[in-house]
Amino acid sequence: MIRDITIGQYVPGDSLLHKSDPRTKIILTFVMMIFIFLINTYWGYLLLTLFTALMIVTSNVPVKFILKGLKPVIFIVVFAGVINMFTIGGRIIFEFGFIKMTYEGVDMAVKMAIRLFLLIITASMLTYTTTPIALTDGIEKLLGPLKRIRVPVHEIAMMMTIALRFIPTLLEETDKIIKAQSSRGADFDSGNMVERAKSFIPVLIPLFISAFRRADELATAMEARCYRGSEGRTRMKQLRLTRYDFITSAITAVFMAWVLAMQYMVF
Amino acid sequence: MSIFFDVQEVSFAYSSYGEVPVEVPALENVSAKIDKGDFVVILGRNGSGKSTFSRLLNALLVPKKGIVLVAGKDTSNEDNVWDIRSTAGMVFQNPDNQIIATTVEEDVAFGPENLGVEPSEIRKRVDEALETVGISQFKRNAPHLLSGGQKQRVAIAGILAMKPECIILDEATSMLDPVGRREVIKVLRKLNREENITIIHITHHMDEAAMADRLIVIDHGEIVLDGTPQEVFSNVDKVKSLGLDVPQVTELMYDLKKQGVSIDRLPLTVDEAFEIVKALVR
Repeated sequence: MIRDITIGQYVPGDSLLHKSDPRTKIILTFVMMIFIFLINTYWGYLLLTLFTALMIVTSNVPVKFILKGLKPVIFIVVFAGVINMFTIGGRIIFEFGFIKMTYEGVDMAVKMAIRLFLLIITASMLTYTTTPIALTDGIEKLLGPLKRIRVPVHEIAMMMTIALRFIPTLLEETDKIIKAQSSRGADFDSGNMVERAKSFIPVLIPLFISAFRRADELATAMEARCYRGSEGRTRMKQLRLTRYDFITSAITAVFMAWVLAMQYMVF
Repeated sequence: MSIFFDVQEVSFAYSSYGEVPVEVPALENVSAKIDKGDFVVILGRNGSGKSTFSRLLNALLVPKKGIVLVAGKDTSNEDNVWDIRSTAGMVFQNPDNQIIATTVEEDVAFGPENLGVEPSEIRKRVDEALETVGISQFKRNAPHLLSGGQKQRVAIAGILAMKPECIILDEATSMLDPVGRREVIKVLRKLNREENITIIHITHHMDEAAMADRLIVIDHGEIVLDGTPQEVFSNVDKVKSLGLDVPQVTELMYDLKKQGVSIDRLPLTVDEAFEIVKALVR
């Protein structure tokens, strides 16, 4: 059961997005996210939605995956929408006691919902089309300049890699401990929230102890393989910008220009 | 043959920092020379000091007294540490706790990356190493999806990619099933014969010990027996008194010998025993 959790959710593929350099994708994702917040016309949103749909279709990421990713945010979107609808002043649609709903409020709520959905899809396209290791390599390279102000960039990236490597191992271990404790009569499924949370203490303690033991052994193994930080270290896989990065960036730029033109010139 | 490891009158003790700091001795005045290209198995019960001995050989531990020379370099000199560790690689007991990267090939590349090898050269070494241990087909897999034997072979490939002269295995087969053990042993023998890589293998399995060039038995921090498997296992009573077993056939033939059957050379394998029995029956 617990093994089904996958973090990063990489979907293997051979599309333009898959072939682009992680650095290009990270930067474009950030630019796109800011851009989504700058746009406030329905024409703009229509174009952005088309662009997002284009990304999904060309990258071959199953739509089911994307919808599943949106599920947890529906609550936030509805909640924010309701607050927007009833708190923003303007032309009144109907009034009941102190509750009033305005045109401006509804307008805001819809735009906010579209924005949030687009944001989440854009951000998750990054992890769907980039392997975790490429992502950490990209982050390490992009944060490189921060080394000068003594930010331990290499160490952060190494920690991320090790964390990603050990997620499945620790999940497996958690599963084992849960089974071991269940066979000794531990009950994880009954009682209220507090009781249930408490019943996980006998799982967490052995898990932590074993994680520390693993960390110790891993550190020894890394030292035995001559690990001594980033100094003098090379990488087998070099990140290289290719024509794919040029194409991806160009398409994104053209789309953004189009959306801006629609927003400021046509209307 | 040249001497690869030269251990001279070495003592080591672990410091434990409880309420009263105490020194727990692990090795007492141990000396040994190991030749290049040898396949050495180290035996000993738990807590005998055999792991400590292996860690002294690649500068993970530095002796409190005495000198350890690896290919002529002193392990207590800080400047030599990285050279020593890249010439004498180490495989550990738990396969899960020594794999660092999220794919097999990235993990094999970890060692040479640390040594600052050129990217194209790393690529070449990684492919060669994976080929040698026979797991090329899994190179893009996540390590947690492999079997125990495959994981240990990834660990061996990770060391091979550093171009070592020696591989030290600290109970590397003890968590594996028989199939996994066989896979690892096969790779070790191949490396020893074809690439002349010195192997130091710590194990509890007597059948693995029987095929070594040399056996070293450690007990209570001292080397108590040292010789060819034939020589060591001939001392059946002594080996048993150290809390170790001898191979089953050896014990059987030893018992027969005690009963008065004339056997002058104790066999270590079933095949050898078969030849002896055949000669006797005739």
